[in-house]
Amino acid sequence: MDAMIEIEGLGKSFTLHNQGGAVIPVMAGAHLLVARGECVALTGTSGAGKSTLMRMIYGNYRASSGRIMVGETDIARAAPREIIALRREVLGYVSQFLRVVPRVPTREVVAEPLLTLGVERPEAIARAEALLARLNIPQALWSLSPTTFSGGEQQRVNIARGFAHAFPALLLDEPTASLDAANREVVMGLIEEAKARGAAIIGIFHDEAARARVCDREVDVGAFAPGRAA
Amino acid sequence: MPDYNFAYLDEQTKRMIRRAILKGLAIPGYQVPFASREMPMPYGWGTGGVQVSAACLNPDDTFKVIDQGADDTTNAVSIRKFFENTAQVATTEETARASLIQTRHRIPEAALSEDQILVYQVPIPEPLRFLEPSEVETRKMHSLEEYGLMHVKLYEDISQHGAIATAYAYPVKVEGRYVMDPSPIPKFDNPKLGMAAIQLFGAGREQRIYALPPFTRVVSLDFEDHPFEPSKADHDCDLCGASDSYLDEVIVDDAGGRMFVCSDTDYCRSRRAAGHVGAQGAPYEEGAA
Amino acid sequence: MTPLLQVQDIAKFYGARRGCEDVSFDLYPGEVMGIVGESGSGKSTLLSCLAGYLPPDRGEVIFDTRADGPRDTLSMSEPERRMLMRTDWAFVHQHARDGLRMGVSAGGNVGERLMAVGARHYGDIRDQAVDWLGRVEIAADRVDDKPQAFSGGMQQRLQIARNLVTGPRLVFMDEPTGGLDVSVQARLLDLLRGLVREMGLSAIIVTHDLAVVRLLADRLMVMKDGRVVEDGLTDQVLDDPQHGYTQLLVSSVLQV
Repeated sequence: MDAMIEIEGLGKSFTLHNQGGAVIPVMAGAHLLVARGECVALTGTSGAGKSTLMRMIYGNYRASSGRIMVGETDIARAAPREIIALRREVLGYVSQFLRVVPRVPTREVVAEPLLTLGVERPEAIARAEALLARLNIPQALWSLSPTTFSGGEQQRVNIARGFAHAFPALLLDEPTASLDAANREVVMGLIEEAKARGAAIIGIFHDEAARARVCDREVDVGAFAPGRAA
Repeated sequence: MPDYNFAYLDEQTKRMIRRAILKGLAIPGYQVPFASREMPMPYGWGTGGVQVSAACLNPDDTFKVIDQGADDTTNAVSIRKFFENTAQVATTEETARASLIQTRHRIPEAALSEDQILVYQVPIPEPLRFLEPSEVETRKMHSLEEYGLMHVKLYEDISQHGAIATAYAYPVKVEGRYVMDPSPIPKFDNPKLGMAAIQLFGAGREQRIYALPPFTRVVSLDFEDHPFEPSKADHDCDLCGASDSYLDEVIVDDAGGRMFVCSDTDYCRSRRAAGHVGAQGAPYEEGAA
Repeated sequence: MTPLLQVQDIAKFYGARRGCEDVSFDLYPGEVMGIVGESGSGKSTLLSCLAGYLPPDRGEVIFDTRADGPRDTLSMSEPERRMLMRTDWAFVHQHARDGLRMGVSAGGNVGERLMAVGARHYGDIRDQAVDWLGRVEIAADRVDDKPQAFSGGMQQRLQIARNLVTGPRLVFMDEPTGGLDVSVQARLLDLLRGLVREMGLSAIIVTHDLAVVRLLADRLMVMKDGRVVEDGLTDQVLDDPQHGYTQLLVSSVLQV
């Protein structure tokens, strides 16, 4: 079996130094295997640690213990520049929130991952625009900054940006939230295409129907709550 | 009244100045600091040139002083009298007969020989001063040969005036190493800087001496697409007809009438004595003003 | 891959007072390192030591030179270091007037570095200057204007053009957006991001503004009282700060 993402013995706790050094354990003994072409859903109650786990895989949160293998790299131990290279080429992340720089036009926001990879500008822009069109963002908006867009529009820009490059591994945090049926369908299509080309996908889906449609199995992060046996 | 020491300065001061001169000659274009003395004329009136001349003169010398080419301006007359009084040297207005020539802002038209010394009066010796006010920084730039700023000045000229507008004190590179300000001589004179005579530059207020030995390689700075041109007024001398000398423009009446005359008075006189007559000239009369 | 810059054990003291101490890191081509801290943290001292403006008391700053490979810049002769500062290195000052010649036209400012390394064709120099002004979004018709007539943001952009015209590989920046209006900052940061990516620049940016590092820096070092208290990926340090001081800094940022 070809595991693209492999997590073993992962633990996480937060230490709040400015609040009397309070230690808050949030995860212990997490393990997960995601093969190429597989989509795994993280489930669990709100606050159970779904997003936390996803952020740790991305290297955005630091793991307190354990291993996080993405391909050949152990994110928990890798040097910053290795993680940066990985995020550029291998590991994509569509978060719930679009962090926008004012002034940058939407088509630039979406094309940026491709430009960073060295794709020629005309091609990068063309691919970005194709995705925006597919996600039903009106052409009139492509030269505007997404700062003034609605939540749903921003989400779709976020998704376009996340799918611009064919990442072998993808992390999707609530990709269909705030979307209407038509756009949900488009996003499902994008996920299925990614799976078909062999991407390993971990997703958090509030929407049960979406989850059932694209995900091959579910993992309840409640199993990794601290204090529970692994 | 006590007698002056020969050429006013005491012998120890002359030795100090001579040492500076030797250093300057050994490193062409390099500004040598020296302990400039209080002279009986204010700063800005040629004290640097006077100190250099005083250090170089010997009783057998024949001394000439010109101020913008003329022997008869107040300054030239005053400095000539100064050395007549303090050194009792022979003086002359004829370039060819002088062994030491002190000049303000011009090089004589007649070519000088290797038996002559030309002493320049220099107001600001530092060619980079107007762009970089810090002395510490300009010294570093010279020692590290960082002269990009000099071309910035020329660039600014071209961008503002369409051509390098510097008409005098045109910067030069000496022996491919130091950038030097040749004093406020017109750029027309720059090609003469590779002459056979020794050239000494004295700045009294700024306390610097620099020098060019005979036949030094001196190149005026320029751009490939804006080459250096030693230009002058497009006119002949109205008195002697010379087409190759630097001209002064003289307003002669209230109606804007003007004439162009050789700035080098001795050169003009010698040409007229040889029979040349310009458009507004009268035939030469010996002894006439 | 050889690091572009290897900083080893830099320390600078002012008598008994610590300016900075125990600072070591490697910087690779194309990486942007942010250094944050409050006033007195030692970040500006560190930057001055790295850039060669202040001699440190200890340590090495090893730069991978084009001609000779890795060399300790602190032991270079002054002519070599000054040459480095004009070609492979650049320094963007907080106040544009420290990094510009205010009495020289915009074109002259940008062209100076070119002329300093031997450019002698007026037309070419001017063309390159106009090109660079365009890249930093200064209208070409301002090429002959002096920076005194420019707004603060324009002056800062001119400073950037002046620094980048010789294609340096490493740019030091000291509070590049300090003192600028917020909208102007946004434009400047966007410009810097684009240039850093386009030119494959490495940069070391000192700032107290966390938004600037979030936007520009791949990696972050947090300094307090002259020491590095935390370092790592920018988003990780800001989103999951481990050290108490970092946590304090991050939580102190006002949300708009």
